[in-house]
Amino acid sequence: MGQQALNGVFVGSIYALFAVGYTLVFGVLDILNLAHAAVFTLAAFIALALVDAHLPLWLALPLAVAAAGLIGIVLERLAFRPLRGRADSNISGLISSLAMATVFEAIALQIFGPDISRFPQGTFPDRTIQIGGASASLLQLCIVGTSVVLMAVLTLLLKRTRLGRQIRAVAESPRAARILGVNVDRAIAMAFFLSSALGGAAGVLFGLAFNSISPDVGRSVELKGLAVIILGGMGSVPGALVAGFALGLIEVFTVAHLGSSFRDAVSFAVLFLVLIARPHGLFGRAAAREA
Amino acid sequence: MSLARRWPLPFALLLTAVACKDQGAQAPEPGSGGAVIGAALSLTGPAASYGAQQRAGIQAALDEVNQGGGVKLSVLIEDDASTKEQGITVFQKFINRDKVSAIIGPTLSNTASAADPLAQQAKVPVLGISNTAATGITDIGNYIWRDSLTEAQVIPGAFKKAKEKLQFKTAGVLYGNDDVFTKAGYDVMQKALADEGVKVVGTQTFAKPDRDYNAQLTALIAAKPDVLVVSALADNAASIVAQARQRGWTGPVLGGNGFNSPAFIKNAGAAAESVMVGTSWNSLSQDPANQKFLAAMKKAGVNPDQFSAQAYTGVIILAEAIRQSGGKTGREDIEAGLGKLKDLETPLGKFSFTPGRDAQHEPSVQQVKDGKFQIVQ
Repeated sequence: MGQQALNGVFVGSIYALFAVGYTLVFGVLDILNLAHAAVFTLAAFIALALVDAHLPLWLALPLAVAAAGLIGIVLERLAFRPLRGRADSNISGLISSLAMATVFEAIALQIFGPDISRFPQGTFPDRTIQIGGASASLLQLCIVGTSVVLMAVLTLLLKRTRLGRQIRAVAESPRAARILGVNVDRAIAMAFFLSSALGGAAGVLFGLAFNSISPDVGRSVELKGLAVIILGGMGSVPGALVAGFALGLIEVFTVAHLGSSFRDAVSFAVLFLVLIARPHGLFGRAAAREA
Repeated sequence: MSLARRWPLPFALLLTAVACKDQGAQAPEPGSGGAVIGAALSLTGPAASYGAQQRAGIQAALDEVNQGGGVKLSVLIEDDASTKEQGITVFQKFINRDKVSAIIGPTLSNTASAADPLAQQAKVPVLGISNTAATGITDIGNYIWRDSLTEAQVIPGAFKKAKEKLQFKTAGVLYGNDDVFTKAGYDVMQKALADEGVKVVGTQTFAKPDRDYNAQLTALIAAKPDVLVVSALADNAASIVAQARQRGWTGPVLGGNGFNSPAFIKNAGAAAESVMVGTSWNSLSQDPANQKFLAAMKKAGVNPDQFSAQAYTGVIILAEAIRQSGGKTGREDIEAGLGKLKDLETPLGKFSFTPGRDAQHEPSVQQVKDGKFQIVQ
């Protein structure tokens, strides 16, 4: 029981980290960035390439996360900015992000090939720690720790810093923000940087955790991420956090007690029920936007 | 629509490019003589590690057959991407466009169950070289053959031997339930365990794209079985064994045919140690046919395994079938030739087909020791 809860928290922390970035962009732009999962994949591959180039992991991880952030800025420049201000920018942005996702996936396929790539043995010290009756590897604890720290940093950044206030202002109303002197394009680009950096971090951690990276690895979190942000309330960062952990726990207990075939069925049934009870998700508010 | 309106020329070019993409595929050289064989292999996707080995085996055998004088063969290799859909597309291409004499493959039983009926309908002989699902392959029809032993032929013997060595009484079972092969493997394992009087204390499932098996393994390990029994493809198998060791599992692991790949050992690393699995190829066999195969693989710089041995054998069998039918290379000739084949010397041992067109030869058991599969005597 304790071990399963730990397994759930572990996978949930990765879902939450992935979904927090996902929901951030939605909160700011009202657009689903469907290339988020592709950034997740690319970051995992970048970290792998850096480790293969004999960089230590503590250096490869932040570098890959920064690279993912930069990919986010490129993504915003190419897929979203040219469309901004057009009447149909919500739908066309969705489509162009889907196109970018395909491009990113194709790049990963070209460079790293279709097979499953793995971090070399011993990338992370193989140590197991006993917590009560449960056991966790050092890697798992570090992954949960890293995700929680990153999500805390994001929350503080949004609440306390000038950049955070600008991003929240743009989320509220781009026009009002512009009148108040906020550089809207820059704030949006920064939101993309943060979002993609978090998505990338989730990718690297996922790659390390399950040590199995392929160009389609993003698909395993893509739909989960979407479920998490809907469950948490579209655009709500704390909602994505709570929903991420909840989904991880639900999945693990479903697999252990009902079988793996029921995993997605139960997850989406819960999503469905929550939406009936709270149409705007757990933390979403009607007609209000948050970043 | 607006894309087409705004950029009519580039759009048209793009469409043309997409439409023409497939035209560049290699076609058989007309007048080269000899038989053209199509090989549908999983060069990408979850089964890619098998596909690469199979390609190496086919190429080695092809060199040998063509240098030997007599029968001449050429093989078109296409990627079935480890999926049913792509497998069907490749089969259609082989049957209708390339007009091949026979088809080798596809790699996965799952793909074979969907693609083989097309060949059966078109009366094109198919020789499976790695389809091990006990049912649903050769019973598709009389044009479907295979040189791979089924799980039902390998696993009971392997489990019997493993039980003699390890003396286990209870087992926890984990299997992939979204794949014909891993599911069929599970069915056979379950029966083999029951026949050996082993009690199954827990059964868990997973799907091919899964990467996290912690929930299943935690539940299984909590039931305290003597042995962990796993039916999975090599990529899943490596992750499962690695995660089981991380979860503190120190007991033995018995695998199905999916474990029979150097890729499994490479990816699982130290976790693979002492994993036991039944195999249809005895790497230590001193038969001349096996020594010849080992030499050819060494020359090609490929680490030989069961999959390359079976692929190699597949080409040798087709060449023999053509020889049996007097050198004629029509589809019906090869079909007739396959029917006459008996006690052929191959790397797998003396090879014959059963009346049901399945493979017939002696299986073995192997165990990972010092990072290598070693035959258990």
